[in-house]
Amino acid sequence: MTENRPSVTLTVQFLARYAELVGAESTSITVRAPATVAHVLGIVRSQFPGARQIPDRPLVALNLAQVDLSTVVSNGDQLALLPPVAGG
Amino acid sequence: MNRQFLTERPIDLELLISRVESDERGGIAVFLGTVRNHHGGRAVERLEYSAYGPMAEAECARIVAEAERTWGTTVAVEHRIGALGIGDVSVAVAAAAAHRDEAFAACRYVIEEMKRRVPIWKREYYADGTVAWVDPTAPGGIHLSEERTL
Repeated sequence: MTENRPSVTLTVQFLARYAELVGAESTSITVRAPATVAHVLGIVRSQFPGARQIPDRPLVALNLAQVDLSTVVSNGDQLALLPPVAGG
Repeated sequence: MNRQFLTERPIDLELLISRVESDERGGIAVFLGTVRNHHGGRAVERLEYSAYGPMAEAECARIVAEAERTWGTTVAVEHRIGALGIGDVSVAVAAAAAHRDEAFAACRYVIEEMKRRVPIWKREYYADGTVAWVDPTAPGGIHLSEERTL
């Protein structure tokens, strides 16, 4: 990378129906810092056509806790995209 | 404490209840969720639960802690993962308290919060050979995912 801005590499997991839409269970995404969950989602959508069927504002968990799209991501984070839950 | 909330084996109700009963608790409320044979007018033959395991365990632990703190109860919960048949118990909640009001309230809270917050998903297999992901927010409550030939 020619710029001085550091980058962040994180794992993105696709759960249940989203794994089916995307055709993968997880991927590694590198994004320039500072980046939010929304930035990462944009990259995922550009790299995986199937991910464009995921809603604009999906449920998102960062390191096992639900967060909103404006949350800033860090190196090594585990981001998970969750379909609406249907347990019970 | 290293509790497992998700299980691939049939839920042992006696064991679940034994985990919450004690001499100072006079009421135990138990809720069982079972697999229904229909959904939205379709005949369901079986289903499969999957979960985001680590988060589901963490979220269940948080919900149980909330209920225990709020009502002074002791709560035990298990949710099945994997393939289930009609009538199988998919989720069981047992809440024990000194008196029944607290036991009922805690039990109700735990099942409602689990359905709202715990990352578990359900795929239904229908008698007509189709399969769908259940999505309470989708029109009709499902996303048909594929046609299947049985």
